[in-house]
Amino acid sequence: MRESLVGTFTLVRLALRRDRVLLPLWIIAFALMAYSTAAASGDLFPNEQARIEAATTLNSTASMVALFGRIYDPSSLGALAMIKYSAFMTAALAVLMVVITIRHTRQDEETGRLELLSSGRLGRNAPIAAALVISFGASIVLGLVTTAALIGGGLPVAGSLAFGLGWAATGIAFSSVAAVAAQIASSSRSAIGMSVIVIAVTYAFRAVGDLADPGPSVWSWLSPIGWNQQVRAYAGDRWAVLLLPVALGVVLIPVAVALRAHRDLGTGLRQDRPGPAGWNRAGVWGLAVRLQERVFLAWAVAVVVFGVLIGSLAGTVSDFLTSPNAQELIQKLGGASALTDAFLAAEIAIMGTLVAVYGVSAANHLRSEEAAGHTEVVLATSTTRTMWATSHYAAALIGVALLLLLTGVSVGVGAAVALHDSSQIARVTVAALAQIPAAWVVTSVVLLIFGWLPRLTYAAWGFLVAFIALGEFGVLWNAPQWLMDLSPFQHTPLLPVGTSGITPVVWLVVVSVVVGGIGYLGWRHRDLTS
Amino acid sequence: MDNVLEMSGVVKRFGSFAALDGLDLTVARGEVHGFLGPNGSGKTTTLRLALGMLRSNGGSMRVLGLDPWRDAAKVHRQLAYVPGDVSLWPNLTGGQVIDLLGRLQGGQDRTRRDALLEIFDLDPTKKARSYSKGNRQKVALIAALATDAEFFLLDEPTSGLDPLKEEAFRECVRQLRDDGRTVLLSSHILSEAEALSDRVSIIRDGKVVESGRLSELRHLTRTSITADVTTVPDGLDRIPGVHDVVVQGNRVSVQVEPVGLAPLMEAVTAAGLESLTSQPPTLEELFLRHYGAPAESSPDAGSQPSEGR
Repeated sequence: MRESLVGTFTLVRLALRRDRVLLPLWIIAFALMAYSTAAASGDLFPNEQARIEAATTLNSTASMVALFGRIYDPSSLGALAMIKYSAFMTAALAVLMVVITIRHTRQDEETGRLELLSSGRLGRNAPIAAALVISFGASIVLGLVTTAALIGGGLPVAGSLAFGLGWAATGIAFSSVAAVAAQIASSSRSAIGMSVIVIAVTYAFRAVGDLADPGPSVWSWLSPIGWNQQVRAYAGDRWAVLLLPVALGVVLIPVAVALRAHRDLGTGLRQDRPGPAGWNRAGVWGLAVRLQERVFLAWAVAVVVFGVLIGSLAGTVSDFLTSPNAQELIQKLGGASALTDAFLAAEIAIMGTLVAVYGVSAANHLRSEEAAGHTEVVLATSTTRTMWATSHYAAALIGVALLLLLTGVSVGVGAAVALHDSSQIARVTVAALAQIPAAWVVTSVVLLIFGWLPRLTYAAWGFLVAFIALGEFGVLWNAPQWLMDLSPFQHTPLLPVGTSGITPVVWLVVVSVVVGGIGYLGWRHRDLTS
Repeated sequence: MDNVLEMSGVVKRFGSFAALDGLDLTVARGEVHGFLGPNGSGKTTTLRLALGMLRSNGGSMRVLGLDPWRDAAKVHRQLAYVPGDVSLWPNLTGGQVIDLLGRLQGGQDRTRRDALLEIFDLDPTKKARSYSKGNRQKVALIAALATDAEFFLLDEPTSGLDPLKEEAFRECVRQLRDDGRTVLLSSHILSEAEALSDRVSIIRDGKVVESGRLSELRHLTRTSITADVTTVPDGLDRIPGVHDVVVQGNRVSVQVEPVGLAPLMEAVTAAGLESLTSQPPTLEELFLRHYGAPAESSPDAGSQPSEGR
């Protein structure tokens, strides 16, 4: 056993060196979001009555419970404020830990880096051990930093600790899931895919369990994400539940090690099946589509499911605020339908920023293809630089447009059913389509950076995060208006609330054309870089 | 005879490092041209410049009569390239990649493609991620050889092939020459270039230091010979073309130029030859001898520094 761990420490140091920027950034991003939400919640729900009202409404709305879970102490500010974080952001955190674990196991095998290291003095289990040291460590640090952030945001100390430790334990559980998937899957991509499916399925388990009457049923207890919610931070702080995810993590480690002993470096237990011996698609366009279609389909499914869920919430919005004062306010604003519209507009704006994430990741194929050396192979044929870049860029832009179309239709259908009003489909679809130009601008930023500073292409993610943060927290941080105006999402009309003019939409399209065009200029004049 | 490739005084800098420092290179139509140099001497950089993937910092360049940077796509229609380090899409099969590249190139010969799959013994239904380096190289080679290109740029194409497939590859190159195609074959193995090339150019530290027919470069090469003899004869080192004579008991080791081979053989035969081994000259020895120092291997010269990820 000892011999098989030789070199772990060296690998850990190497991994920390490679992740020295990204890892702290992610941890800070999670903690900052938690802090901002905690700090804002006091103003949002100033007294116990407002809290109980909101919590009761949430608990009695089936689709809300399915999406986020239950609030176990309606009078607790923390439980109400962090409801979205206890399931939804926990799943996001699980994805992060999966990516980190796979990155330092299978991905290193694929690139051949591990083979190089293995020829030195390196035990067979050292890579798994090193990856888990990194992801377990990252989970714990992230949990503790989040605890500090929540306390700083004004929430109770004990509950904040329970919440942070819940995140840490969930991160540990899913890191181990990824370590097992890394042994089974035939490539790093499919290892990530397998782990994300596990996350999605366990998310669904807890949705089923939380919806049961009386909830939570046994389904919630079959899910690590359910466990995190059953810690019930700020609503009882059940510390013992924290042992469940940690135990799962510890149990899965020997499984991963045993599986590792049964496979060769670079291959999974699940072998590749033979594929077609020929290519029957269009050339460079067929390639761009082939590289993006699977991820696109996954997004399409997710967008439709969430769209319908969110749309079906529309009927319950005006029940959220039942006090006489609130009702009076609603009437002043134009009645319950205005409130419903405001809700739909806000949700569609969120979906718009999510689809922008797809746009950035799809456009990043420009760089990943170049860095992998695939572009060199393609450009040696009669394909021009412009044509090659356009294939990936256009595929990303079209993907964004299609996803937002799907968003609009599915939210619209959900709302139409909930409100018994089929006219919702058309107007909600238009509202979603209005989100396209802003997402295109962010997608074009990828091409811009790729054209001029190819090795920094990933910095486009930073722009996206900054834009989203400005939208979410800009007001809270008292950011100056000109800074807020830099975000394209600020200029998207909030349909279907008003009948805002088409001017800002046109401007956003112009901006994305200009940004993309400048990117082309750089790309056409620079060396290919690896 | 017209030239398919003409480079003169070409300079390419990566930051402050000059990968190519006034490079002159011509490849005539219909010849197989060996492009020799140690690792990091600038071979790959030269090929990438000729393909318009890198932009030169000086000098002039013509490929098939066109500017490879401005008219890259036009040039590429008539050439085929096999990169030294072939990287393929991991989840496409070899057959898919071959067809895709053929389509991007604007057509490939189906019959020849199938014949090449047979010759190189490649399973086209396997995913590229499961291929070895040699098999990835075969994919790129088959895709290139199945096209109807005029000019073939092959960057160390045999570095991953086993000896049997290497012979098959040599046969393919001879076939290309018989069909009147032009081949630029980069290599760091002298014997490979020797077996195939009509002319060779030798590059070192970003400059072509020798260029000509192999027979003209013969004077540069020395064979190492070790012989066991009954009695060691005197005066071996006085034979013209014989160098570095080392005697150990009954064993003699020498370095000999082509001109000294015959007299040396006579001398050792007369001395009662019992066993004889000879080693062909290597490029490294050639550099060592003619350019003073061993060719430095500056790791980033051939390819640009890759980022650590």
